Amino acid sequence: MELNTYEQEAFNYQRPNIEKFGKKNMMWSIFFLVWILIGGYALYLQIAKGHIVTGMRDNVVWGLFIVNFIFFIGLSYAGAIIGGVLHLLKVPWGKPIVRLAQMMTLISVIVGPIFILLCVGRFDRLHHLFIYPRIQSPMTWDVMAVVTFFAGAVLFLYMALIKDFAVYRDAKMNIPKWRQKLYKILAIGYRGAASQKRHLLISQNLLAIIMIPLSIIVASILSWIFGMTLRPGWHSTIFGPYFVLGAVYSGCGVLIVAMWVYRKMYKLEHYFTNKHFTYLGYGMMVLGAGYGYFTFSEYFTGWFGSAKWDNEVINKLFSFHEYGGWTFFANFAGIIIPILIVAIPKTRKPTWIALAAFIMVMALWVKRYLIIVPTLETPALPMQDTRTEFVKYSATWPEWALTFAGIAAFLLFFTLISKFVTVVPVSGLEEYNFPHEPHHHDHEPVSVKKEEIKTV
Amino acid sequence: MKQVEINDKSRRDFIKNAAIVTAVTATCGSLACSCSSKKEVVGNKVKLLSPDGEIVEIDSAYLNHHENMAVLSQHEQRVGIAGKKFVMVVDLARCKNARKCITACQKHHYRPEDKEWLTVKLMRDSEKSAPYWFPKQCFHCDNPPCVKVCPVDATFKRQDGLVLIDNDRCIGCKFCMAACPYSTRVFNWDEPELPLDIMNLSYNAETGVPAKVGTVEKCDFCPDRSREGLLPPCVESCPNGVFYFGDENEDTVTNGDETLSFTQLIKDRAGYRFLEELGTKPRVYYLPPKDRQFPVERGYENLPDTIKARFKDIMEPGKK
Repeated sequence: MELNTYEQEAFNYQRPNIEKFGKKNMMWSIFFLVWILIGGYALYLQIAKGHIVTGMRDNVVWGLFIVNFIFFIGLSYAGAIIGGVLHLLKVPWGKPIVRLAQMMTLISVIVGPIFILLCVGRFDRLHHLFIYPRIQSPMTWDVMAVVTFFAGAVLFLYMALIKDFAVYRDAKMNIPKWRQKLYKILAIGYRGAASQKRHLLISQNLLAIIMIPLSIIVASILSWIFGMTLRPGWHSTIFGPYFVLGAVYSGCGVLIVAMWVYRKMYKLEHYFTNKHFTYLGYGMMVLGAGYGYFTFSEYFTGWFGSAKWDNEVINKLFSFHEYGGWTFFANFAGIIIPILIVAIPKTRKPTWIALAAFIMVMALWVKRYLIIVPTLETPALPMQDTRTEFVKYSATWPEWALTFAGIAAFLLFFTLISKFVTVVPVSGLEEYNFPHEPHHHDHEPVSVKKEEIKTV
Repeated sequence: MKQVEINDKSRRDFIKNAAIVTAVTATCGSLACSCSSKKEVVGNKVKLLSPDGEIVEIDSAYLNHHENMAVLSQHEQRVGIAGKKFVMVVDLARCKNARKCITACQKHHYRPEDKEWLTVKLMRDSEKSAPYWFPKQCFHCDNPPCVKVCPVDATFKRQDGLVLIDNDRCIGCKFCMAACPYSTRVFNWDEPELPLDIMNLSYNAETGVPAKVGTVEKCDFCPDRSREGLLPPCVESCPNGVFYFGDENEDTVTNGDETLSFTQLIKDRAGYRFLEELGTKPRVYYLPPKDRQFPVERGYENLPDTIKARFKDIMEPGKK
C-alpha cells in the first residue's frame, strides 16, 4: 500500500492508539463491564421472575426499554445519514469524521435492538418472528428494517475500513499474531491497485446511496410502531418525519460528543478541528430548529383541535403536576440551548458545543420518554385501578440497571473499536485535512519511513 | 336458555342448539359427564325439543355429542364455529355493578382476583352528565387493531367473529396491548398460579387456559361454552340480565331469561357501539342507560373498600 504524506502521518500519529490498550482504557473498560454485569443480573431476574420486576404493567406496557430502543436505533440511522451524505458529497472536511459516524451506526444498531428484545415477554419464542411472520404488522416491518439496516451498517463501515486494514496489515505493528492475521483477512487482499480502488469506490458510493433512504425508511417504520396505533399523541401523520429528524438531530449531538471525547482522549485536535465542531454545530442548530418546528406543530395542532383524548395527553405534558417539568427540560435543553450556544459567536467553541450537544442528547432521551409514557398512561377508558403501579409508570431498578448497561455497552464498544482501528481514517486524507493549524503533537515529526511500510 | 320461545321456523339452528342444551341438561347436567360416558350409555331416554317444536324422546346414544369440546385442533381453534357470528348486547340500564360477571369469568378461566378480563367501569361522559356502570369485555372488533399489529399471528380473527389468542405462539411483545384502544388485554407479568391439573393442560385458545407467563390474554367470549350450547359465565351469572349474547346470523340474542331479535333490540333501544369513531367495528353493542333499574349508588355502597376506591373520584367528588 502506497501512502501519501498525509495518510502516512495520520497513521504514524494514531499507531500507538491501536498498538497498546493503555491503562486508562483498561480501567474504563472494566468499569463498563461491571455495569454490563449488573445489567446481566437484572436481565437474569427479568427472565427468572417475569416482567413483574419491571415497572411496566397493563396500561403502560412499554417503558424505559422502548425509550432506549428509539434512542439508540435513532443514533444508528443518524450515523448512516450523516456518514452517507458526507461521503457522497465528497465534503473534504468530512473525511476525518465519516468513520466516527459509521462506528456510531454499527454500535448503536447492535445496542438498540437489545432493548426491543427486553420488551419481549418470551425470549424463548423469538424465532417465531421468523417462522410465523405476519407482514401486516409494523413490528414485522421493523424486524425486516433493522436486520437489513444492520447488514448495511456492517458493510458501510467495513468497506470504508478495507483500505485501512491493508495499511495495518502492511505496517509491522507491535501487536499479537492473531490481530495481524485478522487484519490480513479483513483487508481481503487489497493492494491499492487501480481496479481495486475503482471497485471499492463504486461499492461505497452505492452503499451510501442505499443507506440514506434506508435510514429514512427504517426510522419511519420505527415511528409507525406507534403512529399506526389509535393512541392519542401517537396516531399522527407527522410521526415518520418527526422520528427521522429526531434521530438525525440526536445523532448529530452524539457525534459531536464522541468527537470531543476522542479528541481529548487521543489528542486528535489536529483532525477533529475547531472547524468540525463549528460545522457540525451549524448542522445541529438547523436540525434543532427543524425539530423545534415539528414539536411545536405537533403540540399546537393537538391543543388547538382540542379533541378530548389528544388534549388529555397534552395537558399531562404541560401540567407541572405531571410531566410539565420534563417537557420544559426536553424542549429548553433539547432545542433552545443548542441553538443559542451555536448561534452566539462567543460560545461557538468546541467544548461549549460539545456540552450543548451532550445536554441536548439527554433532553432528546427525555423527549422519547415523553412520547411513550404519557400516551400509555392515557387510555380511552378510565383506568379506575387502585394498584398505583398499574396507573402510573415508574421504572424499577432492573430497568435502570439495564439502561445503564446499554449505555455502558455503547461506550465499551466505542473504546474497543478505537483500539482496533484508528478513529480517524488513514486512507483518503489529503492536504485539505491539514490546514494551516500547526502540528502540535508530541510524537516525532512527519517522516515517511519507507522501511516500515511494505510497498507492493 | 332453558325457556325457548321461538316460533320462527327459519331459526332451525338455534332450536337445534337449544335441543342439545336441553338434552345435555336432562342427561346429567354437566358436559364432562355426558361426554365421557357417551359410548356406553344405552337405553337412557332423554327428552328433546325437535326442530318442529315438539318434545320427542330418544336414546341418548343417538345424541350428537360434540367430540371437539374436549380437544380442538389448532386449526379448529383458529377457524371458529362454522356459521356463527357471535355478538353481544350490554344493557347499561340494568347494570348495578353487582360484579358477579367478573367473579364468574375469573372462576371459569382460572384467573386470580386482580386479573379482570371483564371489568366494570364507572363512566361519566362529561361533568354534568350522570354516571353509569359500564361493563366491558373484549369487543371482538371486526376491524381489530390488535390483530393488525401482531407480528407472529398469535392473535387472530375467526370466521365466527371472535378474536382469540394462541398463547403458545405469543412472544409477549405487547404491541397488541398498545394497539387496543379499549385496554382490553392483560399480560402475565409473572408466573400465573394455577392448579397443577390445569397447568398441565395443553393450551386452548377458546378457553384461554392455562395462562402462561410472558404472554397476553383477554376475554374470549367463551366459545367453548357455545360449543356446548351454553352461555358465557358472565351472561349466566349476571343477576340482572345485563348481557345478551347470541348469533348475528340467527339474529338472536339471549340473556338467559329472554331471547330477543338482535336487530329489533338494537332498533328499539337505540343500541350503539363504544367509540364508533375509531373504526374498529366492535361486536359488542351497548343499550344506553335510559330508564335505569337501579340508581348508580346501588353499585357503590356495598363494595369492598379496595374496589370502592376505584370509583371514589366520581361517586364522592371532593373527598380524597
